[in-house]
Amino acid sequence: MRSVPDWLRRHPGLAFGLLAVLLAVLPFIVSIGLGRGWVRVLDFALLYAILALGLNIVVGYAGLLDLGYIAFYALGAYLFAWLSSPQFGLHLPFWLVLPSGALLAGGFGVLLGAPTLRLRGDYLAIVTLGFGEIVRIFMNNLDAPVNITNGPQGINLIDPISIGGFSLGARHTILGVHVFPPTFYYYLFLFFTLFTILVAMRLQDSRIGRAWAAIREDEVAAAAMGIDTRNIKLLAFAMGASFGGLAGGLFAAFQGFISPESFNLMESVMILCMIVLGGMGNIPGVILGAVLLTVLPEALRYLGAWQRAALGHVVVDPNDLRMLLFGLAMVAMMLYRPAGLLPSRQRRREFRAEDGAAEQEAASLYDAKA
Amino acid sequence: MTTLLTVENVTKRFGGLSALEAVSLTVNAGEVYGLIGPNGAGKTTLFNCMTGLYTVSAGVIRLDGVPIHNRKPHQIVGRGFARTFQNIRLFANMTALENVMVGRHARTRTGVLGAVLHSRRCLAEERDSRQRAKSLMAFVGLKDRSRSLAGHLSYGDQRRLEIARALATEPRLLALDEPVAGMNPNERREMSELFRKLRDAGITLLLIEHDVKLVMGVCDRVAVLDYGKKIAEGVPDEVRRNPAVIEAYLGGAVS
Ligand SMILES: Nc1ncnc2c1ncn2[C@@H]1O[C@H](COP(=O)(O)OP(=O)(O)OP(=O)(O)O)[C@@H](O)[C@H]1O
Ligand SMILES: [Mg+2]
Repeated sequence: MRSVPDWLRRHPGLAFGLLAVLLAVLPFIVSIGLGRGWVRVLDFALLYAILALGLNIVVGYAGLLDLGYIAFYALGAYLFAWLSSPQFGLHLPFWLVLPSGALLAGGFGVLLGAPTLRLRGDYLAIVTLGFGEIVRIFMNNLDAPVNITNGPQGINLIDPISIGGFSLGARHTILGVHVFPPTFYYYLFLFFTLFTILVAMRLQDSRIGRAWAAIREDEVAAAAMGIDTRNIKLLAFAMGASFGGLAGGLFAAFQGFISPESFNLMESVMILCMIVLGGMGNIPGVILGAVLLTVLPEALRYLGAWQRAALGHVVVDPNDLRMLLFGLAMVAMMLYRPAGLLPSRQRRREFRAEDGAAEQEAASLYDAKA
Repeated sequence: MTTLLTVENVTKRFGGLSALEAVSLTVNAGEVYGLIGPNGAGKTTLFNCMTGLYTVSAGVIRLDGVPIHNRKPHQIVGRGFARTFQNIRLFANMTALENVMVGRHARTRTGVLGAVLHSRRCLAEERDSRQRAKSLMAFVGLKDRSRSLAGHLSYGDQRRLEIARALATEPRLLALDEPVAGMNPNERREMSELFRKLRDAGITLLLIEHDVKLVMGVCDRVAVLDYGKKIAEGVPDEVRRNPAVIEAYLGGAVS
């Protein structure tokens, strides 16, 4: 018996081609099959994939638990809004603004990293969580005495991205077909997702990626092997944060509007869940996690309609049910696939190694009894 | 004979306890220098001070005349001083080869941009690191364990792997903390052979070992620590007959 995945593995070129074609026509399939609204969901899935891949550098590669990651997304988004919206009357081109956002976020990544270098695990998580909240609260309150962020109302009328006069934010008719902004943004986000994957992959396989892994495994030994643990950790924070900033800029342009409430703690937790669910440290796993956790909640929105159709009225508020099902799914995951849906080779070994140790222990007890 | 490492009046206190008290010693380039002493004598503490894991409470440590105490561990590795650990500290979930390649970190320069763009230097360094790591694994006798997880290797192989990893940093001075602990006599013989090969390759060795026979066999000079103080130093035969040493080891054990 030959399974399809097996067949694809044997023909990597063909598999790659199929994937490319699928990705190229996906928004059209989705919009015909599921409705135009779902292309937006697709866009967000890509945006979250970028975010999750960025956070994965910090958490998955270097092993530094960061619960304030959304702050970098916020910084990228706000910088984009400041530099291309009526807020300050600036309308700089996106190719200048997006990298600036990534750079700003990267800088803040170092700023957050520097004082937390000595912290690990829970302590680091608490400090980063605080950082995320501080940034959000700043954005909420920087509307007086000088109006920088426009407070809770947020910033409106952010310029859409426009490439050589072609605005991604407007409807265009191409070959007689109406094509809407989410489809254009899909291709832009896809490009940046592929870019992020390339960077993450190459870094993971480099001396820098090995240094991150070494620090995650044993920081003292890493230092004793000639790794400047301080710089390498800061680099992880900076790299992760830059992708957060990049995604933030894309989000601001896509949405045309941002406000502090988009950047709350729940978002940070969600992105972390994507990584954990998909498989920490493993790029395909992280992407799968991002896609699942973006698409599933949207799908669960239909629960209300289903209930009305089946029972005549809404018994459980779909929003509550969504969170409940989500929580159940996470618990089930941790019980049955603790290393994630698509774990990295390394994580799989870690979990298997622990099992092995437990088995060995059990075996030795058995010997003692016999 | 040139002096490679000098330890001058190094004291290390943990709260009220003096783990090292005004210890002084010199290691010459090219020799195998043994450090022995009963449990808790302060041998590992001295290693930790020398390699930057501990800051000394007082005293000076020099490598080639340059003070290295209170330098960061990676800076000391950069100057050509590497070590292994008594309680093996490998990167357990990385492969054996990856462990050794981590040791190349201090001798490679590829940055983020180079790594992402696969610059010519990046590819050359990567190829070179892999090659060196493989030959170092063969050198310590782990020729076909490259793909095994470090944590899955046998105890003796883990000790060898730690040595290979340390060698990857291209040290002039290599400090080994009980490198044959837990090995059988056969493996011990192989290891002494390895130490001689290392010395012949021009690497100065600093060796903490409880196996007195092995120490006496491979070391050119030996220092004895007891309760944080150096109580003897000299060629093995001399040290073995030193009354203070015999006393520290409750008579018998040394001879
Ligand atoms: N980090 C530390 N904090 C407190 N005390 C320490 C620390 N490290 C070592 N010590 C103490 O310093 C003394 C010397 O310990 P050290 O590990 O250097 O001995 P050793 O000679 O290596 O012994 P062994 O042969 O058992 O390895 C011991 O009393 C130990 O408890
Ligand atoms: Mg010791």
